[in-house]
Amino acid sequence: MWRLDKRKQKQGSMSGKPKLTYPNGRGRMESIRWLLAAAGVEFEEEFLETREQYQKLIKDGALLFDQVPLVEIDGMKMVQTRAILSYIAAKYNLYGKDLKERAFIDMYVEGTADLMGMIITFVFTPPQERNLALIIERATTRYFPVYEKVLKQHGQEFLVGNRFSWADVQLLEAILMVEEKEPTVLSKFPVLQAFKARISNIPTIKKFLQPGSQRKPPPDDQYVATVMAIFKKD
Amino acid sequence: MAGKPKLYYFNGRGRMETIRWLLAAAGVEFEEQFCETREDLLKLRQDGYLLFQQVPMVEIDGMKMVQTRAILNYIAGKHSLYGKDLKERALIDMYVEATMDLNEIIMHHPLQPPEAKAKHLASIIEKATTRYFPVYEKALKDHGQDFLVGNRFSRADVQLLETILMAEECKPDILSKFPVLQAFKARISNIPTIKKFLQPGSQKKPPLDAKLLPKVMSIFNIGNE
Repeated sequence: MWRLDKRKQKQGSMSGKPKLTYPNGRGRMESIRWLLAAAGVEFEEEFLETREQYQKLIKDGALLFDQVPLVEIDGMKMVQTRAILSYIAAKYNLYGKDLKERAFIDMYVEGTADLMGMIITFVFTPPQERNLALIIERATTRYFPVYEKVLKQHGQEFLVGNRFSWADVQLLEAILMVEEKEPTVLSKFPVLQAFKARISNIPTIKKFLQPGSQRKPPPDDQYVATVMAIFKKD
Repeated sequence: MAGKPKLYYFNGRGRMETIRWLLAAAGVEFEEQFCETREDLLKLRQDGYLLFQQVPMVEIDGMKMVQTRAILNYIAGKHSLYGKDLKERALIDMYVEATMDLNEIIMHHPLQPPEAKAKHLASIIEKATTRYFPVYEKALKDHGQDFLVGNRFSRADVQLLETILMAEECKPDILSKFPVLQAFKARISNIPTIKKFLQPGSQKKPPLDAKLLPKVMSIFNIGNE
């Protein structure tokens, strides 16, 4: 594993590697980490820890819309999660071979993004308003059945075009996130269980799933407190 | 008639409006089927039309497409409104994701409880005038071209115009400090396909009528759907 080099961090991505700027936790950056890892792309990270750091980024004009995620890649300071994901997917051939495959990949990733969005916002929702049961219900009645059926119907290893794509990466990410909340959630989805095992075994993914990788743990109270302090969420 | 895209939604803007704008801008005629009652939506679900049980849904090129962004990406790609390469696409994506963020806030305004409305409106205006519009003003000013990206008309221009008009409905003089955006608005509004869409009788939908709100909420069970 490479070491954090403070000097390199300050200079931006001198190494040529993409550089990610975000708090030290999952949030909206995690899907980007997954996709870069799946594509076998090494990346650097700068963690936002204080409001002052965030305000400095804004003052320096680094954040097009005053928001993170920020990914410095190929000479661009990219913002907006989906813009970043689409760029990475296309660059590393994880976005299908034509418009129609792309359309299916987009539908599938938007579905998993909606599901993961519910989980991302969960820790920032006041405890009395949190609805874990709804997340599990959506996962098991709205989302997982769709992917189970897609894989079952074509019998292929990957969701789209018989080839590994962004859709597979994001579905695995979503499955693991929901399983953290409800470990038996795949019990009625045998095809997804096989999918999970298969995709987890892809070498780049397997590496990302190992301890010591840049994959982040589920949010804890400290992460929530840090984020609230940085962004003064109201 | 076979061949035309068919849009399934309620008879109002919501998440389908940006899709209507893009099809219109591309000069593509489309049909619409409106959900008038909750039963209409449930029937679409029962008939297996809706991949994730949700609208918008657009039947196009043999697909029943769902998910607003997937649909927009497909239309833009198909009609050459998505830049010429990956980097132009990246810039277009950044720009349209931001307009969609602002649209989202504006879209939720009618749903605010009365006591929160004034504060919410102030927040819309602040975000529009300090976070979003300055970016587009600067982008256009810096390159001096007619269009946001690549010196060519793209979905970014369409979506920005849509957002500007929605913001002006919140505050008519919201562009007062943005002369370049004022010129942009006039210029893009004059593009023949857009001009046609802006005329009365087009498929462009009006803002959500307060009278319509209970019906929309009942169809979509908003907050619990």
